[in-house]
Amino acid sequence: MFTRRQALLGAAAASVLTPALLRVAAASTAPATEAEIAGLPREKVTLVAPPHVHAHEQVAKGGPKVIEFTMPIEEKPVVIDDEGTVLQGMTFNGSIPGPMMVVHEGDYVELTLINPETNTMPHNIDFHAATGALGGGALTLINPGEQVTLRFKATRTGTFVYHCAPEGPMIPWHVVSGMHGTIMVLPRDGLKNEKGEALRYDRIYYIGENDFYIPRDEDGNVKTYESHGDSYADTLEVMKSLVPTHVVFNGAKGSLTGDNALKASVGEAVLIVHSQANRDTRPHLIGGHGDYVWEQGKFANPPSKNLETWFIRGGSAGAAFYTFLQPGIYAYVNHNLIEAVELGATAHFVVEGEWNDDLMKQVSAPGPIQVN
Amino acid sequence: MSIKLFEIAYGAAALMSVPVVLASLAGDPHSAMPMAETVMIPARTIDFPLPGEFLAANRAMAAPVEATRVASFRIMKRQVSLSDYRRCVAAGACKAPDAPATTDDVPVTGINGLDADVYARWYSQETGESWRLPTAQEAAAAGAERFAGESFSAVSEAPGNPAVRWIRRYREEAAAKRPSDPRPKLRGSYGPNSLGVEDFGGNVWEWTLTCYNRVTVTTETHEVLSVVENCGVRVLEGRHRAYMSGFVRDGRSGGCAVGTPPENLGMRLVHEDHNPAVAAVRRTLAKLRTAFTT
Repeated sequence: MFTRRQALLGAAAASVLTPALLRVAAASTAPATEAEIAGLPREKVTLVAPPHVHAHEQVAKGGPKVIEFTMPIEEKPVVIDDEGTVLQGMTFNGSIPGPMMVVHEGDYVELTLINPETNTMPHNIDFHAATGALGGGALTLINPGEQVTLRFKATRTGTFVYHCAPEGPMIPWHVVSGMHGTIMVLPRDGLKNEKGEALRYDRIYYIGENDFYIPRDEDGNVKTYESHGDSYADTLEVMKSLVPTHVVFNGAKGSLTGDNALKASVGEAVLIVHSQANRDTRPHLIGGHGDYVWEQGKFANPPSKNLETWFIRGGSAGAAFYTFLQPGIYAYVNHNLIEAVELGATAHFVVEGEWNDDLMKQVSAPGPIQVN
Repeated sequence: MSIKLFEIAYGAAALMSVPVVLASLAGDPHSAMPMAETVMIPARTIDFPLPGEFLAANRAMAAPVEATRVASFRIMKRQVSLSDYRRCVAAGACKAPDAPATTDDVPVTGINGLDADVYARWYSQETGESWRLPTAQEAAAAGAERFAGESFSAVSEAPGNPAVRWIRRYREEAAAKRPSDPRPKLRGSYGPNSLGVEDFGGNVWEWTLTCYNRVTVTTETHEVLSVVENCGVRVLEGRHRAYMSGFVRDGRSGGCAVGTPPENLGMRLVHEDHNPAVAAVRRTLAKLRTAFTT
């Protein structure tokens, strides 16, 4: 079936696109054939650890591609706070959260998932951006010593969570042990404001928020386990309380502060992608705002403007676009401030540049109360 | 009991304890509490960065460093131990500390400034001697070469841009941050300083009697224009100087959204064997009482 949109697009684009490319580009309900997909250009992307994002074009050059990613799964103990608390972690590509992938609408994501023999458990991947087969989960379950390759078409724009989803209680356990990440599907012509004007970011940062559930012994001391299996039963009990012991960004308290603080300059536009695979959160930039925010993360909807705090539903990723106007140290927090301060959900931005007295000035410094 | 009531009770107890302490100077030969080993700190003049925040012409400036004469005094060689503190808890005088469960010879941690005051009074009664927290000046003198004072600069060098100071200080703190290991170590682990005082500057910060001041001075001569003293916040000395509300037990929860807080809060006491400074200390105690009961 040939839709009206395809006909229009076809007329407009016939001179620059081959018929095969045209059909895939049009997000058609008529599937592209394997031969057509095989004819698409391929690009191999090397993933980088959060909060950074691999190099990418904001506006796609040319037609759709097949973007290849490879992610090994690594089960490993990780330290999650400054008290040396150890989580029996599970990771995509060795990091918590797993790395962020960026493609454009109409691209094909081709992921090779590897479960090395050194691991002990089966794993898979459920992409919220993908359609069918439990987000790919039903087609990607692999045992230690196996690998699998999944291809899905990025048909919807936005920021989306991906996570491990083996089965039963394994699902939440793997997710709160670190197996979640984000994929961003950009519109081919990039991000736009509510008027359809282009928004271009100078920097992009990717924050994955984690809720961890670490068991304690009778004396209140954090328990340390030899293996994932040893930790499972106790951890499940804490999980069922629904009270996390840690709420942190990027796998550990303090992972985005001090030497690892995020950097920007006055006048730079920053896109902050925030994902939470399991639990609601409410990011807030102390002393700043969200100029344009896609709370639900889906770029087909116009962004909200001038937000103070934005809401990220558990199991989703959102994006906030902000141009820094004032230098200083900004705290970027989950504005449940107990979670930010006591449980760890705090990051810092170090922003350099010139101070703007018009926006703010300390008219008189603290001193004794004036009595007149 | 509400905090307010506790503080009033504390104030009353503090008032009564002075005569008790003085009376007990005669000594109780049956005291079961062993006396802590002390080190004599000789009278000396130290370069002492004044505690608090200093402003000149509406701008933060580095704390003035004053050559300060500190009279000789005796101070505990080691920080007060968890086991000694537990005796005070067992006696019903002290509240249980927020310290890890262990029987090792570690310093007490997880105590606030009020806990420290209470312990000092109880320990004085038990030993029949007069013990108190040090002033910040005494802590500096006892810390000797390990005394850090204000290791992070407060000065604002860019008149029109306060962020320059914030960012520089943030980076200094980040650079000074070492891998955190808040678990209390066996006493003596950090070794003695040149005066024989052990573990100063380790991972336990020490409460003092000194209050937080906000001082406004003139630009050129740094003549004091005004002082606002806040005895609800006290000075702790250690790896770097910290300011904590008197009721805070966990240093990491005492800071703001930005900054490197102390790993643990503990104490060591000054032994007043000949009381030249009693009057001065009484005045400070009175101020503390005022701060916590008003």
